[in-house]
Amino acid sequence: MSPQNSKSEVGHLRRIAVVWVVVSVVADLLFWFLVGPHVPPGRMTETAINNQRTFNILFVIALPVLIGVWVYLGYAATVWSAKRDGAPESVGGEAARTNQKAQVWWMSVTSVIVILLAVYGFYAVVVEHGSGGGEGPNPVWSPEGAIQAETAALGGGSSWTPGHVLVVQVIGQQWKFTYRYPGFGGFESDQLILPNHTTIAFNVTSLDVIHSFWAYQLSVKADANPQVNNVAYTETKQLGSFVVRCSELCGLWHGSMFNDGRIVSQSDFTNWATSTQTANAANTAHLPPFAWTYVPDANGASGGFYPDGTFTPYSPSEIYGAKSPAS
Amino acid sequence: MLGLFAVAVGLVITAVAGFLTPGVPGGIVNFTGAQPSGQPVNLTVQTFGAIGTGPHPTWVSYLVKSPQGQWVHSTDWELPANTVINMTVIQYDSGSPLRNQQWGQVTGTIGNTASVNGKALSQYDSNSGNGVGHTFTVPALGLDIPLVAVPSTSKNICGTAPCASSFDHNTITFSFKTPGAGNYSWQCFVPCGLGYLFGNGGPMSTQGYMGGFLKVVA
Ligand SMILES: [Cu+2]
Ligand SMILES: [Cu+2]
Repeated sequence: MSPQNSKSEVGHLRRIAVVWVVVSVVADLLFWFLVGPHVPPGRMTETAINNQRTFNILFVIALPVLIGVWVYLGYAATVWSAKRDGAPESVGGEAARTNQKAQVWWMSVTSVIVILLAVYGFYAVVVEHGSGGGEGPNPVWSPEGAIQAETAALGGGSSWTPGHVLVVQVIGQQWKFTYRYPGFGGFESDQLILPNHTTIAFNVTSLDVIHSFWAYQLSVKADANPQVNNVAYTETKQLGSFVVRCSELCGLWHGSMFNDGRIVSQSDFTNWATSTQTANAANTAHLPPFAWTYVPDANGASGGFYPDGTFTPYSPSEIYGAKSPAS
Repeated sequence: MLGLFAVAVGLVITAVAGFLTPGVPGGIVNFTGAQPSGQPVNLTVQTFGAIGTGPHPTWVSYLVKSPQGQWVHSTDWELPANTVINMTVIQYDSGSPLRNQQWGQVTGTIGNTASVNGKALSQYDSNSGNGVGHTFTVPALGLDIPLVAVPSTSKNICGTAPCASSFDHNTITFSFKTPGAGNYSWQCFVPCGLGYLFGNGGPMSTQGYMGGFLKVVA
């Protein structure tokens, strides 16, 4: 390689680098400030805000990589393209086949990016209390006050007041989610209403097959398994309505298994919950005691129910509805 | 060899297609135009333990009374939007407890109430008495009515549809208002698919038996 060549190579590299840095900075800034705030799942909850930020950080890191490839391609195509008059090709050939320096740089930089993102991902999951995902029956990353609230809920004597963690049980069933509020006498409703500025402990379970509770704008997603209590946390931040969908193919009416939920003010929530508690009292009396999971009957109509009447009060499992045979 | 393979593939396809399309007769029963616009529409259905005909004669199902007065095997009903529907369900089936007693509460009807044989019903304890035969539930509308069962000890249970009113039955009536145009699925929340896993297979998982659509048109 002649000194002449090496000099011009440095010139090419410098030009590419300048274009890459300028375009990347502009694109990153435009994305972060113009697109970022609108990226799903929005900003209705702490977990939504955090997940939006995580997505935006990923994008801002990925964008320069993408732009680097495009700038290099563009530069190569315009500056180093083959001459039409039969002159020897200037791209490809021996020089382009192996450039160890470039390979080492490329692999090192992308590896460092991926490892840093993995570290950041672990950090986010831990400090954000599971980041809105189901943590299973014994969550290790509980927000403050959650364990106390859940213990009280299971004891049957809890009552929710603003400023405390609200326990909401999500019950999946073919083909509808219903919600139980142990802080209000354990009533059940097909509506999911939540108070604003409150930490919510979703306790997700199923009465039959596997469903998945996906509250999109809340950035909460937790599988609903029969006889498993799957706990997911978030903190509400913004009034408005959100969509709940089942995200586990669960049979004929899976596509109908959705409902709207709402985040309302704490006083509106208290009003709704207490009035629903009163309105549903007659039916609540016939629900099984509040428990983390419920044993579904094996076979439905008049066949093969699980044995009834032997469970201890507030055991982890209650038989849901199937007090069979009907007397 | 290839021919044999083709025959085998053909058989599998036929079997799968047969399984996926259980041949539901009846189509969509149209209740629009049966009444002058804005007037309440009367919708009468009967539900029972066995349909008696078709590919699954032993399955639970519904018949709907067409505006022309015939019992039709269909669970897809076309209804006018923003209209009061006066619904009558003649329930001939025996019952069981609900898997989720929540469906024992009458919701979404006008006045949040229904009537069983003329007596008001706002909530039914499915763990006592005769249990619930089926529920009529439209999840998207928050509409739910437990269809109270006839005693399983009855000597006068209708064997196969269509059931004559001389058989034991409960007459459940309620009214609800249709929303704007759209397709709203309805289903039963009693695991009444006898012999299937969790009671939710068979008629519970096949269009035209324990669920269908309210096809609401403007
Ligand atoms: Cu589901
Ligand atoms: Cu049914």
